[in-house]
Amino acid sequence: MSAFSQLRLDGVSRRFGGQAALTELDLTIEAGEFIALLGPSGCGKSTALNCLAGLLPLTAGSIWQDERRIDTLPPERRGFGMVFQSYALFPHLTVRANIAFGLRMRRLPKEETRRRTEEAVRLVRLEDHVDKLPGQLSGGQQQRVAIARAVVFEPSLVLMDEPLSNLDAKLRLEMRTEIRRLHQSLGLTTVYVTHDQEEALSLADRLVVLREGRVQQIGSPRELHTRPANWHVADFMGYRNLWRGQVEQVDGARATVESSGHRLLGEVVGSLQTRADAVVAVRPEDIRVDGPGETRNAMSATVEVVEYQGRELAAEARTDTGLVLHLRTEQRIAAGDQVKLAVDPQRLLVYPADASAATDRQPDASGAAR
Amino acid sequence: MSGAGPGRPLAHWRHRLAERGVDRQLWLLVPALVFVIALFLYPFFYGLTLSFQPTRGGPFSDYARFFSDSYERGTIWITLRIALPAALLNVLAAVPIAYRMRGRFRGKRLVTTLLVVPITLGTVLTAQGLLNFLGPTGWFNRILLASNLVDEPVRLTHNYWGVFFSLVITGFPFAFLLVLSYLSGIDPTLERAAATLGADWRRRFTRITLPLLMPGLATTFCLTFVLAFSVFPSAVLVGNPAGETRVISLAAYQAAYEQYDYPYASAIAMIMGFVELVIIAVVLAARSRFYTGSTGGKG
Amino acid sequence: MATTTHAPPARPPATTTDRRRRIAARPAAWVVWGVVIFFFLNLLGVVASVLVSSFGRRWFDTWLPDGYTTSWYARAWDEFALLQVIVVTLEVSVLVVGLSLVIGVPAAYALARRSFPGKRLIFLVFLLPILMPPITYGIPLATVLYKFGLAGHMSGVVLANLVPSVPFVILTMTPFIEQIDPRIESAARMCGAGLRTVFLRVLTPLLVPGILASAILVLVRTVGMFELTFLTAGPDSQTLVVALYYSMSASGIRAQQSVDAMAVIYTSMMLVLLVVALRYVNPTQLVAQVKDEPEH
Repeated sequence: MSAFSQLRLDGVSRRFGGQAALTELDLTIEAGEFIALLGPSGCGKSTALNCLAGLLPLTAGSIWQDERRIDTLPPERRGFGMVFQSYALFPHLTVRANIAFGLRMRRLPKEETRRRTEEAVRLVRLEDHVDKLPGQLSGGQQQRVAIARAVVFEPSLVLMDEPLSNLDAKLRLEMRTEIRRLHQSLGLTTVYVTHDQEEALSLADRLVVLREGRVQQIGSPRELHTRPANWHVADFMGYRNLWRGQVEQVDGARATVESSGHRLLGEVVGSLQTRADAVVAVRPEDIRVDGPGETRNAMSATVEVVEYQGRELAAEARTDTGLVLHLRTEQRIAAGDQVKLAVDPQRLLVYPADASAATDRQPDASGAAR
Repeated sequence: MSGAGPGRPLAHWRHRLAERGVDRQLWLLVPALVFVIALFLYPFFYGLTLSFQPTRGGPFSDYARFFSDSYERGTIWITLRIALPAALLNVLAAVPIAYRMRGRFRGKRLVTTLLVVPITLGTVLTAQGLLNFLGPTGWFNRILLASNLVDEPVRLTHNYWGVFFSLVITGFPFAFLLVLSYLSGIDPTLERAAATLGADWRRRFTRITLPLLMPGLATTFCLTFVLAFSVFPSAVLVGNPAGETRVISLAAYQAAYEQYDYPYASAIAMIMGFVELVIIAVVLAARSRFYTGSTGGKG
Repeated sequence: MATTTHAPPARPPATTTDRRRRIAARPAAWVVWGVVIFFFLNLLGVVASVLVSSFGRRWFDTWLPDGYTTSWYARAWDEFALLQVIVVTLEVSVLVVGLSLVIGVPAAYALARRSFPGKRLIFLVFLLPILMPPITYGIPLATVLYKFGLAGHMSGVVLANLVPSVPFVILTMTPFIEQIDPRIESAARMCGAGLRTVFLRVLTPLLVPGILASAILVLVRTVGMFELTFLTAGPDSQTLVVALYYSMSASGIRAQQSVDAMAVIYTSMMLVLLVVALRYVNPTQLVAQVKDEPEH
């Protein structure tokens, strides 16, 4: 096993016949870190992972493991483990043989192969299934085999490509904990690809958000959650309310924005000037319904659609000027109700709108972007 | 991008090639490519050049010789006269039968298996069987005579009909199996949807199934025609190789192996390939006028 | 001859709509079944008349021969040196199957998995030998083989038969390879397996059904291939079907029945192959593999 203290991606790019899938990814991974690559489908996160694995040749850039250049090595000589979305278990081999495969390839002594395979089987609690074929296992069990197979040879880096997306909601939560537990107990270095922001936030030490092949933001879960770097990241991190507006006044870190006839005060992220086009981002749970005493950013609206979601309700409301708001509340409201809504200026983020009209999801003035 | 070091130009090339999808795995193609070039393309172009180097006369004299001799020129017509009706009949007969049989029924596998038999047996054996069966004293003529349908045996071998029948016996099952597989590739719910919209079975067939089937029929016709066009053993064995079934492949064969005139034989082979490609091109051009996308089936 | 369809799975059982149509279209159904039965009767007549004749002592202008004997088989066996012919047939077939798999499977892999410039052109080149009638390219091919002294004996027969067989293997194997998740290979490589190990330890076991299917298809086609073998075979490298052709075109010299006996031997050989083949492939695959997406 070739442990490293640092893995450096240096301008890693991948183009497919003129189409850029990943552009100039710079990232340094410290040993022991859990990194999540996050983004919508087609953002280049899987391309990045495959480039790192060696399954996809780069079209520019280099990858360094400490002082050794590794992007020219074939995948089998990089010594990384990988867990695939579809599990990719060898259908003709038993669970035991699947897990032992990596050890066999390394030509370890028989006794050691057996011992370490047993250990890995115990680790993922599959003792009763070692002689079955993958086709006889449930999705969750197959996933455990895939994980055991990837970690059994103590790889210097484990790559996971949306490993939970084929599981049902309940199993997904269980496996999430399992993966974090394994990461800590085995002291792994993990790069994890997902499109699920919740999964990424709960698992990773650091998140890399990608969009259209470019890095948008690298940061801790907390940074990503509270301060997305631009409105695209905000959109992706669960800021469902994105309203287009115009800056009326900038006052240090705060700005006032006019959007559909409402004057909204919020925190500026990035650089903004008066009269510039802006995008206002608010999470549904940060909109308060009939909050006592809150007068800033107050709006009155009519509830239009209500979805029951257990402890909370998710609702869609429309103000008199036509601004559509998505909100979550524990209060009992029903379609047709008149409500007073308010947002704490600290929770209302103001971003510069992009110059390019090419982006497919510009929030429109009425806020009905979604 | 720091310190790429001496490996730089190499990595650069690798990057350029990777962008176009070229890497070491493509070596796997090499044996097959070498093979197809050496044994197919090279002989083909060798034959083509050879056909322009006749034993006598200028580069085109072998072609001129073929077209100026009505006995030789006529082989094209003879071949087409056998191959086109046979291919057409096979495909047209296959459609209603396959349409009826596309569902699941007992014995379907038996029927398809039986149909494979004549194809696997091939034209040589079929020819032998036809000689016995359709001959003047064969069972077929005996039945006709015994049921008083004819007064004297009908001549069905050593002429046009012998070859035609041999092409139907081997070609029909071929066309049928193809059409059947195209038909089962069409999602049956499409017809059910049409039924709920008020279409009777006739209109369901002509408005929904047939248009979706047309590209498949065109392909089937091409393949059946290729089979029929290259008819060789049966033209000799059950036909009249000196007269009405002297097909073009026979002319090519005789030039090569009886007159040992390889340039002339190559010229005939080229003409044969050309005529065939023209017909196929016409059919495929017609095919492209139809919808050729997914037909919703599980094919 | 040629070209593929992965036979699509059979339709779900007939529904009420189907049943109604069947009743409404009764006369049409009778016609269709009539045609099918007529076809099969004739087919039966063709095969049975060869079979009966081969056992008949003497058979002239009568419904059935006037006596039965098996002596024609012994005669055919000696007259046509059938033992040698059958040995040659088997040798040729085994060589053609083996070589076409070795050459074709890797190419099928590259074509199924990769996209690269010129892929469509390469696909077309592989398709051509299947689309062209064997006589058209067989004559120039035989000429070239004779020029290099390769024809007239077994190597020529094998080489010529490889021309349609390799593309055939490529066409049959491609869908088999496509349905294996490429991630499985990636997984093997991430476990430390090199390309060769991936091929031998992971892909080959998974491809066994496909390899068996295309091997048996090539086998059937090679045994039945007349034209190419005919053009390239010498006196001691004739396969059974070519020997049969020669004995038929020389009929008159030999008794009709011994030719029939030989035809029956050929038929039974083909039927045995067919029975074996149908264990691995379905009937439609046996004749045609029309894969009509990418190249149009």
